[in-house]
Amino acid sequence: MMPASGYALAPAGPQAARLAHVFWVFFAVALVVYLVVVALLLLGVLRPGAAAVDEPARLRLVAVGGVLTAFTLIGLLVVSVRGGHELNPMRGAKDVLTVQVIGRQWWWELHYPGTAPDQEVVTANELHVPVGRPVLLQLVSRDVIHSFWVPELHGKRDLIPGHDSTTYIQADRPGVFRGQCAEFCGTQHAQMGFLVIAEPEDSFQRWLAVQRRPAPPQQELGAQARRGQQLFQRGTCVMCHRVAGTQAGATMGPDLTHVASRTTLAAGSLPNVREHLRRWVADAQSVKPGSHMPPTPLSATDQDDLVTYLEALR
Amino acid sequence: MRRPCLALLAGATVAMTTGTMACKHETHDVRPSSEVSQAGSGVVLSTLFAGGVPSAIAGTLQTSQENAFAMNEGKRLFDAYNCSGCHAHGGGAIGPALMDAKWIYGSAPENVYDTIVEGRPNGMPSFRGKIPDFQVAQLVAYVRSMSGLAGGFWAPGRNDSMQVKPGENTVSTQAPVRAPGAPPP
Repeated sequence: MMPASGYALAPAGPQAARLAHVFWVFFAVALVVYLVVVALLLLGVLRPGAAAVDEPARLRLVAVGGVLTAFTLIGLLVVSVRGGHELNPMRGAKDVLTVQVIGRQWWWELHYPGTAPDQEVVTANELHVPVGRPVLLQLVSRDVIHSFWVPELHGKRDLIPGHDSTTYIQADRPGVFRGQCAEFCGTQHAQMGFLVIAEPEDSFQRWLAVQRRPAPPQQELGAQARRGQQLFQRGTCVMCHRVAGTQAGATMGPDLTHVASRTTLAAGSLPNVREHLRRWVADAQSVKPGSHMPPTPLSATDQDDLVTYLEALR
Repeated sequence: MRRPCLALLAGATVAMTTGTMACKHETHDVRPSSEVSQAGSGVVLSTLFAGGVPSAIAGTLQTSQENAFAMNEGKRLFDAYNCSGCHAHGGGAIGPALMDAKWIYGSAPENVYDTIVEGRPNGMPSFRGKIPDFQVAQLVAYVRSMSGLAGGFWAPGRNDSMQVKPGENTVSTQAPVRAPGAPPP
């Protein structure tokens, strides 16, 4: 499941399509203007005197040029303002999926509200959305200013502490799109990525149902995973992370209830495979220097047990 | 006319060079050694300690007291680990106030380290095994800055979230006094 390139001119949603449209109109007009100017310039350089005219004619030419320029600019202004007005066609739409997006240094916390508190889904760095359905994003920041940007879906939208903002997105085709924080937010700003996974409604609902479940109870874990869970709850992990259905309930770091079901680790920094999980747990600073995840010095056996537990959190 | 200008230029160059050299950059250790990343999880053989602080952490504990990054991290962790839950933002609630001059178990960095790692009677839990040592050192630095013991030079100047009280760098130093009922030193 490789993410698409993050190319704003390959739109996958209505807003990105409008932005791309505005871009192409501007590009075409600018190209024509450029070619005309270069052609006139070449004419002037190669055939000096070819367009020699008297004073009144010259003034007329300047006036025509000025009027043409004004009309071109006003035309572009109309295209730009109309594009901006049409940017939120889903405002007031029905059947909207609401997701709360919380920017943290340097990862994304996502809340899918449920009908009851235990129906709420909390996950991180992987925004699942159903294809063809408008999604209302409530953007909040817990620390500094971040910016939510998925080039294939929409322009940027800032997450400002103390000032909640909203935006709509909609994916018109299934796919995996890479998003990125677009406002410098500290040491690991560059490694603050996420994935938008657009899938058909039924597989989205299946995903949501799985995410609503708490972590597997202790008796369903293997012996090694059970030891890992003890290490998790006895050690430093429990101070920041939550695993629903266990005693771990802190909300400083990403929710780990279904960490093994995610495709990346550390906000899109690493593919989520055992080797990387082990490295991240043992020495996160070698992957993302300055991130808030402290190193966890453990013996090789303990490390194995802990990683086995984390991999059981599907 | 030209000579005074040249002299001024030379003077300014010398001043800038020496000024830059005098400017001491503090170290900002983002990759702590595994020694100080331990969370004091070693087996406790006895509840009686001679010095309290393990020698591996003593150096870090000392350098954190004069380091703005460490103190700011301490401030972040103070909320992250919910110290605020009992001590409020230093004003005290379930736990004693930390922004005043009174200390029950001592104000030295080693004392505060012990308080966090070992816990204290009547409510302060032990965070042994839960917080890496280098982070305890950062918390110690921040806790001491609340009553001005860290000096305004390194102490945080502002809060990351809503401003509930002035920055710790504006707190004037309050000479530690023993709280009534404190155990004999």
